[in-house]
Order: sequence, then structure tokens, then C-alpha cells
Amino acid sequence: MLKIRNLHALIEGKEILKGINLEVNAGEVHAIMGPNGSGKSTLAAVLAGREIFKVTEGSVEYNGKDLLDMAPENRAHEGIFLGFQYPVEIPGVSMVNFMRTALNEKRKYFDQEPIKSSDFLKIMREKKALVEIDSGLTNRSVNEGFSGGEKKRNEIFQMAMLEPELSILDETDSGLDIDALKTVAQGVNMLKNEHNATVVITHYQRLLDYIVPDFVHVLYDGRIVTSGTKELALELEEKGYDWIKEQF
Amino acid sequence: MDVATENKKISTELSDWYFSSRDRLMASSSSLINAYRPEAMEVFRELGIPDQKQENYKYTNIGKSFLMPFRKYIEPKKILFSVEDLFHCDIPDLDTEVVLLVNGWYYENQNQLQTLDNGMIIGSMAVAAQKYPDLVKEHYGKYVDFRTDGLLALNTAFAQDGTFIYVPKNAGSNQAVQIVNLLLSPEDLFVQHRNLVIVEEGAQAVVVVCDHTLSGNKFLTNAVTEVFVGANAHVEFYKVQNEHNDSQQVATTHFHQERDSHVNFNTVTLHGGLIRNNVYAKLNGKGADNNTLGLFLADQNQHVDSYTFIDHAVADCTSNQNYKGILDDKATGVFAGKILVRQEAQRTTAYQTNNNICLTDEARMKTKPILEIYADDVKCSHGATVGQLDENALFYMQSRGISCRESRLLLMYAFGHEILKKVTISPLRDRLDDLVEKRLRGELSRCNSCSLHCQ
Repeated sequence: MLKIRNLHALIEGKEILKGINLEVNAGEVHAIMGPNGSGKSTLAAVLAGREIFKVTEGSVEYNGKDLLDMAPENRAHEGIFLGFQYPVEIPGVSMVNFMRTALNEKRKYFDQEPIKSSDFLKIMREKKALVEIDSGLTNRSVNEGFSGGEKKRNEIFQMAMLEPELSILDETDSGLDIDALKTVAQGVNMLKNEHNATVVITHYQRLLDYIVPDFVHVLYDGRIVTSGTKELALELEEKGYDWIKEQF
Repeated sequence: MDVATENKKISTELSDWYFSSRDRLMASSSSLINAYRPEAMEVFRELGIPDQKQENYKYTNIGKSFLMPFRKYIEPKKILFSVEDLFHCDIPDLDTEVVLLVNGWYYENQNQLQTLDNGMIIGSMAVAAQKYPDLVKEHYGKYVDFRTDGLLALNTAFAQDGTFIYVPKNAGSNQAVQIVNLLLSPEDLFVQHRNLVIVEEGAQAVVVVCDHTLSGNKFLTNAVTEVFVGANAHVEFYKVQNEHNDSQQVATTHFHQERDSHVNFNTVTLHGGLIRNNVYAKLNGKGADNNTLGLFLADQNQHVDSYTFIDHAVADCTSNQNYKGILDDKATGVFAGKILVRQEAQRTTAYQTNNNICLTDEARMKTKPILEIYADDVKCSHGATVGQLDENALFYMQSRGISCRESRLLLMYAFGHEILKKVTISPLRDRLDDLVEKRLRGELSRCNSCSLHCQ
């Protein structure tokens, strides 16, 4: 599904990604771990199409297409979803309008008619129940005045609405208490199937107790320095990142 | 020629025109309107057209607007075709009494002065002054102080017609009066109408004013509207400006508010070349409440200047100003908002907010709060911002599949909606929402309600 080869990217002249290689297949859950400043969030942003990062070398192939050549909105239409570490507040744009526009833009991309209002509301109801998001939140402006936990839950709600093929969840666990973490993880697990894949970016092992990864990668100084199975995450938890820093 | 000389020349021309047409002016009008003319002309000759040395006109060169050779009339010129066939300014589901003003004159093919079942009178200013001299005399010219601004003096010297609305004590309904100001002429025209709205004690009124141009000529308008709001009266006043970009307009609206009265005033500016809106509110009775709002959308070379002056003359009044602007291309905008809290106006609450978005590097916005506070027990605040669209929000929306263009539109629409959501009449709010969205999408042609399609 996703093939990243020798990806280099910089911001304001500073190289952050220094040759990433990663392959993700349908049905898999990958965890990317690493110390602060190693390039985890940059990788997520580059995959979603954030323009402030400049790709200087390498390629990203997504379902046989050149991902780096696509506008951010088209990446979304093709099935990429980025769960933001810091979801953005958009005063005045209602969640309902936001989601309806997003779904309809995707339908337009695939030459489909706009969704019927009744169908849309039905889907909203279903997905709200699935991720256990408060109805009150979806009647408000996007993320405006939401607590940290509510914002993260809202990311998973949007993910449920958009039904992506490849979800990249950037530090979804940060700022969550244990109950919120469980709900968010439960949402991710329920949305998981053999056709989609999830990349979980996290600093701590804690989230991986609830979202069990097939593969764990350690990102350090812009490169994936080691990969393994979920046991690697436990080892990291035990030894800390200094162990990685010393080794590489 | 420098600006001062130019302005002097314009002022001389206008005063010459006054003296040469004075007899006809006087003969056409009621004596109570005529009574103001000599002094107003004298003041105009002294003050002239405001230049940019005057603090209130610092960022708008209004003199330039007067340079073109506009035609001026002191009697209405016959319009050869039926306006009804050409124009409909529809607000679906809104029960309105529509009246037309064509080139500043109360349109002749409509009842010149009608009395509704609830005692409300709507009609021509000129006719009302003849028919109800005592009523008009009590209010006409009593609120606007023409000694403060040459353009107010100019309007007062030449005032002949406009719209007159009278709502008697405790009367009122939800029915809105919609005044459609049409500019339609085969030649470039200078128009000065004068309007009077009297809402007596305990009465209610909803007024919607729409400005439109129906021919491609250059127009210059210098209009004045006085609104008397009696004790406990409630006035909703909306202005929708949608003239073409070769038109220029100075519009002054003055609210005089008595005890416990409420005014919601909202100006939505969609199109127009140069627009200067003056809003004066005098809170003259305890407990008076004034909400003055504005939203303007400007692009190309449009210039929109909003000046507000909220005068807290007595204690225990509240006022709230909220203005927003979106500027694209090389558009320029100005907001200068004055709050005066007089010494006796204790326990005043007065707020002012002005937020603007410049979409390009070339768009310019000047914003200036002016607070003069002489009382010591007051709550006053002001805030102003000029910024760009939030890049993080744009990317967030794009990452959900919403195109860049659509994301920008959603953000702009959301920004403007904060003003529109304060419109209390829902059919009007829906219509304004629709107009603003069309305007943002570039789908609102300046003549979209007109079958002439003159461009």
C-alpha cells in the first residue's frame, strides 16, 4: 500500500528526514516511536502534504501512485488520513458543515453526486456512537473550546467518517487520560480491517497496550534505525531512548 | 492642482449651483426643509469638502469623488421605463413593504404617502413635510449636526426628497419596510437624498435598506438618514450595499435614542467603488442600548471606510460595536470607531471590536479606536486585528479532503458569519448568508436581480 524510499525532507533549510525507508501493507498496524525531535511528526506531515516541508530526495508510492505529486486534499480522497497531534480550532465552521463538505468533496473527486442529507445524518449518528463522542461536540464549531481529550476523540470521529485506507495517527495519545486513551484505541481497533492500515506515531509505549502493532520502528535523527515487533516497544520502555542514542 | 485648490474649486461650484437654483429648490420644498438651507450652505462654504487633513477623513480622499462632471437635478428626471419590470430585490419569506427611491427621489409610480392599518406612515419625505409639517418639524434636522461635517451641511442645503417612515406610539409589527435605493440613469449622476424615520415610544420597526445600481454610469451619493427612537422603542435597521464599483457613496445614519430604547444596526457591504459609512448614535436616555455592526467584502480597487461615533450622553446605557472586513486584491479599508462617554454617563458599558482579514499583500486595512471617557464608573473595551487566513486551519481542512479554494471560502464565510448571525430576522439572515457566500465565490454580479445586464 505505502512504499517510502530514501525520503529526505527539510524545513527552512534544515534537513529533518534523512532517508526514510518504510513499507506498509493492508491489514497492518505500524508503530513509529522515537525521542522528541527525531522527525516523527515531520514524516506524518510530509505524507499528508504539508507544504512547509520540502522533499529533496526519495519517493513515496501509495497504491501504485506517486503520493508526493498529489495535493493534500487529493491524498485525503485517495484514502490517507492524518490524525493531528494538535487538532486545529476553526471558529464559525460547524462540525456538521465541515464533515459534509469533506464527504462531498471526496464524492466529487470520484464523480459521485453529493450525499443526501438524510444519509449523511444517519452516518453521523452511527459514527458518533462508534467512537462515543458527545453529540454536543458535533453541533459546535470544529474543535472550538474542546478539551484536549475531546479534540483527540474528534480526530477518531473524523477518521470513522472518512473511512481512510491509511491512517497516520500523530501522537494521538498525548494529553489523554487513561479512559480517553482506551476509548480512542477502541475506536481505532474497531475501524481496523484487512483492507486498511494504521501508522501510530507515539513517544510512549502506553498506547501500544491498546493498539497492538504488528511492527515497531524506531525513528532517530531522521532515519529508522531499528525495526522489530511489539517486543521492541517493551524493550524501549525498559531501557529508554538513551539506549538508542548511544547505539546510533 | 493640489488637493486644497481642487476641493476649493468643487466647493465653489457646488455653492454656485446652490445660489443659481435656490429659488427652484425653495419652491419645490416645504418651508421647514427650506428653513435649514441658508445656514447649511453657509457652513458648507466654510467647511467645504472634507480633506485628508481632517482626522475623520484621514484615509479617504473624498474630494476626488467630486471631481467628475456629475449631473445634478433639482427635480426628478423621468425614467422612461418601468422599474418594476426591471427590478425585484427579493427576500423570500420575508413580509416586507417595499418602497423605491430612484436616483434619490421617491418613485412616482407608488403611493406617495400611505398609512398602514397600524397607523404607520410610509412615503416621500417631500410629501410628508407638506402634509405633516408639525410631526416632521419636531424631528427633521434635529439630530444630525451639519456644523461638524461639510458633507452633512451640503446634504442639508440641497435636501429635497427621500423616504419618510413614521411609527406611532406603541405601534409596530414584524413587517419590515424595505427601502430600495436604485440608481438608474443615462448620465453620470450626483444624488443626495434625505431620510427620516420616527419610531415613537414603545413602537417597533424593522427597516431594510438596499442600495443598487441599475445602469453602468458613474454615481455619487451623499445621503443622510435621521432615526428617532423613542423611549422603549425597538428598531432593527439593516443596510445592504450592492452598487457597482464605479459608484461612490457617503451615507450617514444617525440614531437618536431615548430611555430604554434598543437599536440593532447592521451594514453589509458587498460591492461599491468607494464607500464611506458614517454611523452616529446618541444615547440620550437611561437604559438605551445600541448594537452597531458591519461586514464588508472588498476586492479589486474598492475602498470601504466605516466611521462610527457612539455618544453616551447619559448614565446606564450600553453599546456594542462589531465590524469585520475581508479585503482581497488591492482593496483598502478603514475603520475608525469613536466612543464618547460624557461626564454624567456613569455606569456606561461600551464595547468595540474590529477584525479584518487581508487576503493579499497589497490589500490594506487601517483601524483606529477613539475612546474619550470623562466618567469614572464605566466598562469600556476595544480591540482590533488585521490578519490573514489561518494557515493551520487551511491545511487541517485540506487534509480532510476539502480543496484549498473551498477551505478558504469556508474560513472567510465563517469569519463573516459572526456578523450575519446577529441578524434577528431569519429570512433576512438566510438571504444575507446567501448573498455573502455568492459574493465570496465571485458569483454575485452587481446586477444579479436586474434583467438589463448592463455591464
